[in-house]
Amino acid sequence: MTSVFYISSGIAVLATLLVVTRTNIVHALLFLIVSLLAVAVDLFVLGAQLAAALEVIIYAGAIMVLFIFVIMMMNLGKAEQEANRHRRSPAWLAAGVLSAVLLAELIYVMVANPGPPVGPGNDPREVAKLLYGPYVLAVELASLLLLSGLVGAYHLGRPEQSRAGTARRLDGSPADSSSGSARPTGLGRAERKTQLGAVVAESSGHDSAAIGGSNAGSGPVPTQEEPS
Amino acid sequence: MNIPAGHVMIVAAVLLATGLFGVIVRRNIVLVLMSLEIMLNAAALAFVAGGSARGADGQVMFLLILTLAAAEVSVGLALVLQLYRRFKTLDVSAAASMKG
Repeated sequence: MTSVFYISSGIAVLATLLVVTRTNIVHALLFLIVSLLAVAVDLFVLGAQLAAALEVIIYAGAIMVLFIFVIMMMNLGKAEQEANRHRRSPAWLAAGVLSAVLLAELIYVMVANPGPPVGPGNDPREVAKLLYGPYVLAVELASLLLLSGLVGAYHLGRPEQSRAGTARRLDGSPADSSSGSARPTGLGRAERKTQLGAVVAESSGHDSAAIGGSNAGSGPVPTQEEPS
Repeated sequence: MNIPAGHVMIVAAVLLATGLFGVIVRRNIVLVLMSLEIMLNAAALAFVAGGSARGADGQVMFLLILTLAAAEVSVGLALVLQLYRRFKTLDVSAAASMKG
């Protein structure tokens, strides 16, 4: 079991390094899934079975599917990949130095006091007891967070047309149509409306004229005679 | 099982540093979000490793971090869609300047 932990940790680190260096987004996403699955193996070896299962189901399942859907919606081509490839030297060096310093500090602290060996692990029943015992307020707050995330994602992800339609409805259209000279947008809309009305009147007049003509031609009972 | 908690913490630290590197370096906003996911995942792994010696508290924190990551990524991807609609690109530096 110990060697399984180290092997899967190596896979996780390697796959994560590949994630941040790929130029193709879909390749990076696939390596990220590999990394998450390797971390799930780590969690399982550490005895956190519930955490491992949730890592596979929610992280590698739901969240990654969300990423894939967004990438497919945007339909990126070769140009985006080229744009990713072009930025190289100075930014990579500076960020690499900063991250390496942080990593060296963290590893120094961890090596200085390695801590106790990890415990035998807990089954999901104990997690559930804790969740509905002392952590019940945190669970409620997490549900509120998910609700606000849902509302925020819906509001931000709406297409522009429906948002503009809502704004126009909130604007108050009756006032616009009655006083056309108040604002430029109201004027434009009123003009459009009168044009539309003129077109409608014209076409209806034409129709009535045609009906009248057929009336004049066919006699006193036009509606029954007209089809024949 | 004789894995020291420090070794798990080192793995988590390596993952966190890699994610930080990705957040700083990458200009593609989807890759920045993916690097943020890596960092959150590393933090969750550290919580599980630290809490495993004394009860199941670490897994509770893992669950809460998972909730946070799900909410964050849904809002973040909606923002990605807005950025792509307005600027027709995924480059974060396209939205670097403010209007007023």
